[in-house]
Amino acid sequence: MKIENIVQALGLEVKCGKDSLGKEVTGGYTGDLLSDVMGNSKEGYIWITRQVHQNIVAVASLKEHAGIILINSSQPTQETLQKAEAEKIPIMVSDLPAFEISGKIYNLLTAKS
Amino acid sequence: MGETNQNLYAGNFNIEGGNFNSAGIVSTSIKSILKKLGIPGDIVRKAAIVSYEAEINVVSYAKKAVVILTVDPGIVNIEVIDEGPGIPNIDLAMQEGYSTADQKIREMGFGAGMGLCNIKNYSDAFRITSEVGKGTHLKMTIQTP
Repeated sequence: MKIENIVQALGLEVKCGKDSLGKEVTGGYTGDLLSDVMGNSKEGYIWITRQVHQNIVAVASLKEHAGIILINSSQPTQETLQKAEAEKIPIMVSDLPAFEISGKIYNLLTAKS
Repeated sequence: MGETNQNLYAGNFNIEGGNFNSAGIVSTSIKSILKKLGIPGDIVRKAAIVSYEAEINVVSYAKKAVVILTVDPGIVNIEVIDEGPGIPNIDLAMQEGYSTADQKIREMGFGAGMGLCNIKNYSDAFRITSEVGKGTHLKMTIQTP
């Protein structure tokens, strides 16, 4: 499943990285502790978090995540958007809390396989 | 750190303590260098994780550090030598969940006490030495096919 399919299915707001929505999503990881995400997520994952500062872009880029979803309508900072655009990391915003958006994405990803 | 003809790559990078805006720049450089050398993706990602965690530790706690990357056939070595407060009890610092991070660091999602564990888990060999009041020296080795 591609990011754009998830964006459409869940009505996510795309904040940046519109040209990279064709990336394949191989799984997901939910977390706000950066070392937890660093250690336990995998490449191709969509990362669900409430962290909005620019360091999330470095983590997503180093781990080669497909993209980042911010929960509870959290807004990325301007620096985060600029870095994410440069690194071609799509950032989406959902109005749902982490539990709900994670469950919906889990269902989408497992229904297809 | 001199360059020898035998190294596939040898180079140094500097990290500035306290600057969270530039955190990740050195690990990103290391990652792109290893990629260009044709190192396999899973090895590159391991190197990215250990160098990022070490970089965050320098930014969080130390004044500054030099990172020495050397790549030889079969091996990637990353050394991080910082000038900082040092670690009084390394066994304690290596325990998952133990952290001395302040509130500001924790609010950003750092300081979970997992950084050194990630470094150990994603290195094939890991050595840490520290002197209180002087600094900490990490050496991470990752094998390549």
